Amino acid sequence: MALRIGCAAAPGRAQDNKTGSWRVFMPVVDMEKCILCGTCVLICPETAVSDKDGQILFDLDFCKGCGVCARECRAEAITMIQEEK
Amino acid sequence: MMQIMEGSHAVAEAAKLCRPEVVSAYPITPQTHIVERLAEMVADGELDAEYLCVESELSALSVCLGSSAAGSRVYSATSSQGGLMLMAEVVFNVAGMRQPIVMSIANRALGAPLSIWNDQQDSISLRDAGWFHLYGEDVQEMTDQHFIAYKAAEQHDVLLPGFVCFDGFILSHTYEPVDIPTQEEIDAFLPPYVPYNKLDAKAPISMGMYAPPPDYYMEFRHETDQALQRAGAAISAAGKEFGEMFGRDYSGHTESYRMDDADVAFVALGSLCGTVKDAIDEMRADGIKAGLVKIRTFRPFPATEIARALAGVPKVAVLEKNISLGSAMKGAVGPEVKDAVTGTGIDVYSYVLGLGGRDIRKKDIRAIAALAEKGVGNTFYGLRTEVL
Repeated sequence: MALRIGCAAAPGRAQDNKTGSWRVFMPVVDMEKCILCGTCVLICPETAVSDKDGQILFDLDFCKGCGVCARECRAEAITMIQEEK
Repeated sequence: MMQIMEGSHAVAEAAKLCRPEVVSAYPITPQTHIVERLAEMVADGELDAEYLCVESELSALSVCLGSSAAGSRVYSATSSQGGLMLMAEVVFNVAGMRQPIVMSIANRALGAPLSIWNDQQDSISLRDAGWFHLYGEDVQEMTDQHFIAYKAAEQHDVLLPGFVCFDGFILSHTYEPVDIPTQEEIDAFLPPYVPYNKLDAKAPISMGMYAPPPDYYMEFRHETDQALQRAGAAISAAGKEFGEMFGRDYSGHTESYRMDDADVAFVALGSLCGTVKDAIDEMRADGIKAGLVKIRTFRPFPATEIARALAGVPKVAVLEKNISLGSAMKGAVGPEVKDAVTGTGIDVYSYVLGLGGRDIRKKDIRAIAALAEKGVGNTFYGLRTEVL
């Protein structure tokens, strides 16, 4: 992106900012332990967690690694691991 | 037309002739007469501008920023801590958002202790904000610098705001003969402002956006610095064109006075230069070869021009109406002059003087020349040691 004078920008969507680059810790789910309660899906402040066909999916383009999902998981199925970049 | 006019009123006339579409300011000593007169001009229908009364200087410059972002030519004026320092947050934002606002600074000391009197601490303290800084020596020069400031600021390869600084009371409240150009003349010199970007509901943009990771912040700061460097050429070009039209040339960022074969050179900004020139005339008559390099443009710092002007002078005394508290040289200007001549063997010393309105006389200038000759410097000059 070329810089625009005065840091001016046309209207856009927050989705254009891939905030996943801020992440230090990455969530990993153990599907052996997961009870598919959906708490992580509901609680993620970035709506970066979804469930599909019995799997929990993290959208790493937007997951900032806050760890709320891991903290709230009653089955303790989610762990935060340091990400190698 | 030549007129006898108070400095503040001459500045108000200059601002009016630049046809600002928005004026917002808050009165503060010693700037008050400028905005008082502009308010009268708007009320009397002499100036077709929005004059926005606000509750503080922070609001005043915020109004100016918004108005400039909406595409208007904007003027303000302020001074000192209750004024310029209260604006400080917005001062940086105006430069970062690249809005070519021109603001007059009637230089005044900063508290505490409270002082309404003159030194240059206020504008010098905001030297890193991204505005260009012009300093006037007399009422004529500070008046003319407003026209040059708008012309340079609004160039699309610059788009930066500028301070026009002049010593509070010493210039703002002094009556001098001053040539005020006509509206037709200024219209020929300064065309209407053509914004590069502006706020427009039909083609919306935001300015001064958050620069998140991946990081653009450093690149924006770099761009602002590059633009401020280009402002130097724009100021010089505008000063040259002004000279061709009005016979007063401001193409130089500095002005040399009796620098031929000088053994000691003073470097100074603002009204003090008049006293220094008189002192130099007396010293020269007594066989002391002294000269002056007056800094007219302090930002961007004209290092090359200063180095050229000081070439071959053994001792340089920088007269500072400011103090960078805790710094080795004490004054803020001295280190930059020293840097400009680094490697040449020229000795550069700072002398802090005239703070809070303390008088500076010709004998003081002569005494400082003697200190510089002896290699004594980077010090306060003229302290009342009996009260310490």
